[in-house]
Amino acid sequence: MSKFQFPESIKSRPVYGTLEPRVGKFHLMIADAEGAEAILELAAQDPELMAKTHIIFIPKGTDYGDKLKALNPAQYYEGPTYAASVQRIQHVLANAHQGLQVYLTGTEGLMGQAQNEAMQAGIPHTSIQTEHRGSVVRRMQCVHCKGITEDVMTDPFVCSHCGLNLFVRDHYSRRLAAYQGVCIDAEDPGNVPEPVELYK
Amino acid sequence: MSAAPQKVKAGAEQISVKVSAVVPLNDLVTRFEFQRTDGQHFPTFSGGAHTVVTMNDDGRTRLNPYSLMSDPTDTSTYAISVRRDDEGRGGSLFMHTRVKVGDEMQITYPVNLFSLDLRAKKHVFFAGGIGITPFMSMIAQLERSNGTWELHYAVRTETLGTYVDELRYKFPNKVHVYYDDRSQSIPLEDLLDGQPLGTNAYVCGPKGMIDWIHATAAAAGWPDAQVHSEEFTAPQPGKPFEVRLCKTDKTIQVGESESLLEALEREGVDAPFLCRGGACGQCETDVVSYDGEFIHRDHWLEPEQQAGQKIMPCVSRFVGASLEIDR
Repeated sequence: MSKFQFPESIKSRPVYGTLEPRVGKFHLMIADAEGAEAILELAAQDPELMAKTHIIFIPKGTDYGDKLKALNPAQYYEGPTYAASVQRIQHVLANAHQGLQVYLTGTEGLMGQAQNEAMQAGIPHTSIQTEHRGSVVRRMQCVHCKGITEDVMTDPFVCSHCGLNLFVRDHYSRRLAAYQGVCIDAEDPGNVPEPVELYK
Repeated sequence: MSAAPQKVKAGAEQISVKVSAVVPLNDLVTRFEFQRTDGQHFPTFSGGAHTVVTMNDDGRTRLNPYSLMSDPTDTSTYAISVRRDDEGRGGSLFMHTRVKVGDEMQITYPVNLFSLDLRAKKHVFFAGGIGITPFMSMIAQLERSNGTWELHYAVRTETLGTYVDELRYKFPNKVHVYYDDRSQSIPLEDLLDGQPLGTNAYVCGPKGMIDWIHATAAAAGWPDAQVHSEEFTAPQPGKPFEVRLCKTDKTIQVGESESLLEALEREGVDAPFLCRGGACGQCETDVVSYDGEFIHRDHWLEPEQQAGQKIMPCVSRFVGASLEIDR
């Protein structure tokens, strides 16, 4: 099972839902890894959807690609990483029209970054559907050096840019599509608690 | 004492003005222009804002909201365009028959409940009849900021096409007019289809038109947040009723042709208000107890609030044995 119930938290923390088919002129579905399962369930609910759907999928080592292709979407693209896929996402959004529905599913980092692209293209964030699937890793911004560390799984963790020991906060930036990481040993350098896996 | 200015009266702050021009535009619509009596400049406003005009109709105070339709950056003059409604409660008739150049009046500071979403990549306006007025100021604002817009304007006949000539002359490629008497109608589905992502639609006109555009856009997959509308509801007359005011400790009568809000004001109760048209939410009032039926006409309260919790005194009425409100 690829679903995880996040504990309740502060208002800043994004809340994800369950994808549902919506009326639209065209549909853009962006997923990574286990997010593919949410797309497969969506397609099962409304088989008509796929004829007007563009799927952008980042497998991250999973083998859902063939199943997604078998849905026979209007367009299918598989990218090795999000960074490699973002130009296509921007291109699709730049040429899209009102009535496009956006569905995002998979890890928080993927959904946050793709939502940011869709918002910049003019879609209100309230009309972008999201569903979390798979890994609970976080995309973190170091508030000190501003560097982004992807796939953070422990709290605290070491900033991959400046090397500070960072405390994982639930304070989220929609603009950066990242959570804030704050230095945990500023007062007493070197006094760093043992890293604990997130949500354990 | 707080250093912040204390508001002494309900409603937006007043500006004393004198009528600087009265310009009949056609059989039904007249433009009124105002300048400040103190010689100062008006504040700038944002496209889509309205002002509430105070009319002294032989001792009876009428307060009607009208969209400001002049250029928002012109601080020398404010202008409104008023459609005469012979069946209405008399505010528009008062403006048409009694207001002359040189008259002194009170209007409120601008209040905007229908502003442009400046994040939009493009703005598509739908106007029906006198619903053109907020778009006049929005268009002036967008022209200054190089905004992308188009207007689709449905009018009854050529002679009743308020500002059609001016708009067509200035913006021949952006303004599209549809005449009812030539059986023309706005090709809405085609117009909504293919608009660039991030387009926002705005509608001002009769209720049927507003509902039609909301429903058609939703069916084409447009986000609700990108379809904006404004409808001022004039208070409708109804059977007189009695209201108990628990804070003021008074029982008052609401007459056939006055609203509950107007009755409160007549009795000297300082009740809050802004739009007086059921749209802004400012006059929201708690219902303490009731025995009877509400006639809700606002666009503000949720259905569960309308089921006996709250009432909007500017447009809504009551029929029944007793009503007590928290005023």
